[in-house]
Amino acid sequence: MERKTVHLKNQASNLTPGTKWLGKWNRNPYRIVKKLGYGATGSVYLVETRTGQAAVKIGENKMSLTSEINVLKHFSKVKGNVLGPSLWDVDDIEIGNETYPFFCMEYLKGESLLEFTKRKGVEWAPILMVQLLGDLDRLHREGWIFGDLKPENLIVTGPPARVRWFDVGGTTKIGRSIKEYTEFYDRGYWGLGDRKAEPSYDLFSTAMIFIQTAYRERFNKPSGNENSLDYLSRRISNMYPLSPYKKILLYALKGKYTGAQWMKKDVMAAIEARSYKRSNTKKITRSAHPVKKKARSGSNLRKNNRNKENSSYRVEIILTASFLFLSSILYFMGQWM
Amino acid sequence: MSGGKIRQILLLTDGCSNQGEDPAAVAAFAKEKGITVNVIGILEHGSAREHGMKEVEDISMAGGGVSQVVYANQLSQTVQMVTRQAMTQTLHGVVHNELRHILGEEQEMEDLPPDKRGEVMEVVDELGENISLEVLILVDTSASMKAKLPMVQEALSDLSISLNSRTGGNHFSLFLFPGKRKEVEKVLDWTPKINSLTGTFNRLTTGGVTPTGPALKAALYHFEKRQDRRSLIEYGEEDGPFEESGF
Ligand SMILES: Nc1ncnc2c1ncn2[C@@H]1O[C@H](COP(=O)(O)OP(=O)(O)OP(=O)(O)O)[C@@H](O)[C@H]1O
Ligand SMILES: [Mg+2]
Repeated sequence: MERKTVHLKNQASNLTPGTKWLGKWNRNPYRIVKKLGYGATGSVYLVETRTGQAAVKIGENKMSLTSEINVLKHFSKVKGNVLGPSLWDVDDIEIGNETYPFFCMEYLKGESLLEFTKRKGVEWAPILMVQLLGDLDRLHREGWIFGDLKPENLIVTGPPARVRWFDVGGTTKIGRSIKEYTEFYDRGYWGLGDRKAEPSYDLFSTAMIFIQTAYRERFNKPSGNENSLDYLSRRISNMYPLSPYKKILLYALKGKYTGAQWMKKDVMAAIEARSYKRSNTKKITRSAHPVKKKARSGSNLRKNNRNKENSSYRVEIILTASFLFLSSILYFMGQWM
Repeated sequence: MSGGKIRQILLLTDGCSNQGEDPAAVAAFAKEKGITVNVIGILEHGSAREHGMKEVEDISMAGGGVSQVVYANQLSQTVQMVTRQAMTQTLHGVVHNELRHILGEEQEMEDLPPDKRGEVMEVVDELGENISLEVLILVDTSASMKAKLPMVQEALSDLSISLNSRTGGNHFSLFLFPGKRKEVEKVLDWTPKINSLTGTFNRLTTGGVTPTGPALKAALYHFEKRQDRRSLIEYGEEDGPFEESGF
């Protein structure tokens, strides 16, 4: 949910580096290193604990972190514990004569998804989407829907680059209703579905995040009578890096993928198809590339795009060739001077 | 909460009432009847933030509800958020009371260790998902609201999407004020979806006065009528305090 309410300044939101405290119930010691960020529910700090560095989120008010803690607790019982940052401690902090709830979790070091794809190139976007879809698949199998999926809640750690999520406060049991969302990533806002917590809800958000990696900015829904789906389809076509994934994205926007694994499979196949064509000047021999029986997912739709892609591939070759030519000229000029 | 139901009035307005009784007094009475009054104050772009917005807070405080002041383009998210928050607040109240019975008078939620707090939250979540909800929406259609009405309409169908994604049942009713002839006009009787609204706001003629107090009173009466059909005798079936719309 986008909360534009004024961020109320309380004591828990401006603790200075060096501040120390003992948890009220569990008596674990903490020391603040620096502030990492803040959101509607609380402030997050990097802290030093007995066992090393960690992140601590301190709540704005007495109940504000309770849902998030509940979810993280459920996750920590899941084998492998990969569904969110690991939860290490849940306690209260006393500042002055006020008590605030807090929890301590794994510190995720990295940069935001959009910064990362901006710095490293958009070709990373589909790779990160594959990672995200794998995580979503596991999350859904455990009976949960992420809900408020957006770039601000995703971080790329590494190297090796790995997308991770935090802020699981909006995570909802399958079958219930989504309580926290952000309009751009919410299918209800686009008039393309309800807010029931089901896998397709998260897959819609994933598609919107994918689209946003190309645009970098969010945009509004069409104001007139234009159909949202036509509008989004146009938005996808306008961005070259998205075009190989257009069918997949539309499939997700329409809510047709019933599970994250199908979408993941299709994105992987599309990546493969592209790199295959790029790295290979020989004719593509389809038989050498075994295609499994296609699920009801969008895999087979991609074929129609083949011709269009071949022509764009030719343009790419010409561009690459002229780039090489220019850089060799520059190189030789450098040698002379 | 009454009889396993949550009952709310959602008031959308942009300013000062200028006719009839003090809306805060009516809201206080509504609270006594177990109906929370939530208020959304809609700001004019570029206008001073404070103007008329104190009343918004006063009414919601008196009515035991939630209030929020926003620009028209933020309405959709705000309307659903305020409704949710108010629901959770009511449920917390109920659960806390239950807890007090068990744990003793002076036991407060915050005194509970974090673990127990989590359990309470799960109960509240569960209830919030399954309980039935009745929301009577009261929209100020005085002249200054005209330009904002399309966004009000959009926000209301968005609210319908949110609430109908829950497991529990919903009932909505929509009143506008001022009405054509009376102070308040009913445009939609209790119905599970608000989608049927399309076009309602376009055909509206906006009025000059802002009888917020009387409108709230009519809203209360409408709840009453639903709650207990016998009380109709007091008012007389035909002559409720509001006019039935021709829509
Ligand atoms: N485990 C973590 N490791 C590193 N940084 C973190 C971690 N958790 C949160 N942060 C940082 O703190 C910021 C705020 O955290 P978070 O999004 O959880 O807050 P919030 O109050 O739930 O915000 P929102 O308004 O998005 O609901 C994040 O944007 C992120 O930069
Ligand atoms: Mg966040």
